[in-house]
Amino acid sequence: MSYLKRIIYNCKKATLLIEKQEMGRLTLREFIELRIHLFGCSFCRLYKKQSLMINEMVKELFKRSDPQRSRLDDGFKKELQDRIENLLNDNS
Amino acid sequence: MILDPRQWVAAHADYLYGYAITRVNDEEQARDLVQDTFLAALQRVDKFEGRSSERTWLTAILKNKIVDVYRKKSSGLKPVAINDPDMEPDKFFEEDGHWLIEHGPKAFGIEHEDHLEKKEFQLILQKCLAKLPVLWKAVFTMKHIDEEATETICTEMKVTSANFWVIIHRAKLNLRACLQKNWI
Repeated sequence: MSYLKRIIYNCKKATLLIEKQEMGRLTLREFIELRIHLFGCSFCRLYKKQSLMINEMVKELFKRSDPQRSRLDDGFKKELQDRIENLLNDNS
Repeated sequence: MILDPRQWVAAHADYLYGYAITRVNDEEQARDLVQDTFLAALQRVDKFEGRSSERTWLTAILKNKIVDVYRKKSSGLKPVAINDPDMEPDKFFEEDGHWLIEHGPKAFGIEHEDHLEKKEFQLILQKCLAKLPVLWKAVFTMKHIDEEATETICTEMKVTSANFWVIIHRAKLNLRACLQKNWI
């Protein structure tokens, strides 16, 4: 298989390069290879779009913490408070 | 900036709990992590230099504890975690590297903003994330959410730089495939 053909066919490698590119780690050669691949491959163009969208959505998912789920119950807080007070008093 | 441990629970406990639960997905464990964080912090109150806020300082301690959890969870299954046959990239591609027809990306159709749809989509995303092997999820989360440097992740999770890319690549391939399968 010719060099160019290998670039054009290799979606497996292209999807890895997309990942590296998102983190700013492409060599010039990789950058050019990815450009050539994406030019001819609509699957990977879509993959790239979706990959970026997934990154954004995962970030959102973690930042928007569910208020009900992410509250400690008062009993646990009181116990924790008592433990801290005790430790502080022991040391002083 | 002076630390005030008597106010920690009131001021930071819920925040730290929220931070922990999104990362470990286990209420019991998240509680323990908050407690351990406060107790560890109490022991190094004198090491606090006042360069960051109290909350930032406590969060940094919690973060280290979460990495410990990741490490413990993934250490027993490391070889499996990288070579899970169900999640091999070769499942998606032809021998020459081209997408297999049935796995080729298809449009999700949520490119336009629709609040309700987005919420449902996020629910599926959450389920798909949960299906990833622990080590992959840890690496993925540390990279994309905590925006840790690649070198830091490799050191803390004890993976080589080559394996880091293998994991990041496979995690995304499988996450995307899972979304395509369950959304469209």
